[in-house]
Amino acid sequence: MNVLEFTFLVWTGSLVAGFLGSLTGLGGGVVLVPLLTIFFHVDLRYAIGASLVSVIATSSGSAAAYVKEGFSNVRIGMFLEIATTFGALFGAYLTAKVPPNAIAIIFGTVLMYSAFVSRRTRPRTNVEQPPDQLATKLKMNGTFPDTSGVRSYNVYRVPAGFGVMSIAGALSGLLGIGSGALKVVAMDQAMRIPFKVSTTTSNFMIGVTAAASAGVYLSRGYIDAALAMPVMLGVLIGSLMGTRVLVKTQTRLLRQVFSGVIVLLGIEMMLKGLTGGLR
Amino acid sequence: MKPLNDERVESLIANLLRAGVLISALVVIGGGVTYLGHNPWAHVDYRTFHGEPGNLKSAHGIVRTALSGDPRGIMQLGLLLLIATPIVRVLLSTLIFAMEKDLMYLGFTLIVLAVLLYSLFGSFLIA
Repeated sequence: MNVLEFTFLVWTGSLVAGFLGSLTGLGGGVVLVPLLTIFFHVDLRYAIGASLVSVIATSSGSAAAYVKEGFSNVRIGMFLEIATTFGALFGAYLTAKVPPNAIAIIFGTVLMYSAFVSRRTRPRTNVEQPPDQLATKLKMNGTFPDTSGVRSYNVYRVPAGFGVMSIAGALSGLLGIGSGALKVVAMDQAMRIPFKVSTTTSNFMIGVTAAASAGVYLSRGYIDAALAMPVMLGVLIGSLMGTRVLVKTQTRLLRQVFSGVIVLLGIEMMLKGLTGGLR
Repeated sequence: MKPLNDERVESLIANLLRAGVLISALVVIGGGVTYLGHNPWAHVDYRTFHGEPGNLKSAHGIVRTALSGDPRGIMQLGLLLLIATPIVRVLLSTLIFAMEKDLMYLGFTLIVLAVLLYSLFGSFLIA
């Protein structure tokens, strides 16, 4: 392939990934690395570098919209970013130590896990509990706008959330993804933060987490501008289109199809890793 | 405790993020068009990892290469600006917490800021 064809095809693929990712809420970053390595035969390190850069673009681009809506909790985000940035630094450090085949297997596992998480609908019983001491000390309890005015919420199990966030950060740095699914699990499941606040705060944290490993990637030469250019521009435009297009009726089916695709890519990544398809 | 959800602060952060993404995208597009115009028919192969040349691996090297008009350097500068956007946001949060005299959160943001700056400027030590 020549430069023109390659750039155009990668741009188109990234656009579709970004569009579907934001429309379904599953994130486009997670399918980029398999897309680049499986279909475009890109070396895993270059793919991870390009993916990470695009994660920063979509996170910052959509965070701008969320910050204004007042759902995200800056204090929770900031505190947990300590966990994710240290994790990300560690994960980025590991990419040079862990063999690519092992990274591919971990990647496949994470892909299948994120597809699984998105399929689960989990009704939460809202048991009224007294505010958690640590969360109160950390001034994390907050409010957010709801259909019926302003709703207040309490935050629980901060250490558990902090722990899961460290893992989310490490995976982000190791795999070049936003690991939004795991971030939401940490906040929504462990810390019992309302879903809307969890998702927007997670999105707000993804860019900072990714920036923590991006510096390491840059100094290792993982970030190739000629590859990252079409990936970043494609994902960014695609995800902005995805947030604007409202196809409420078809989102459910689309979600199922897209998570099916994610599972297939996960299996393919695992097979590649197991058969030693990546060096 | 003064709430941080002050509307002015929020729109400041939102505008900063939006501007950062927009500026970096424009720089990447500028470099990309030059790059595509220079060698559209060259063969592409990303199968093997070579790593980027030394001048595109550090912040000051990227700025220098971009200023010399090199298309790859310009694209890389756009990506560097993108990476810098969340860092500037954290810096802004640091200033806001300092103004609110929230010392605990000032400490937290300074830790995050230190990790980010270390990654961008000091990580060659572990890479």
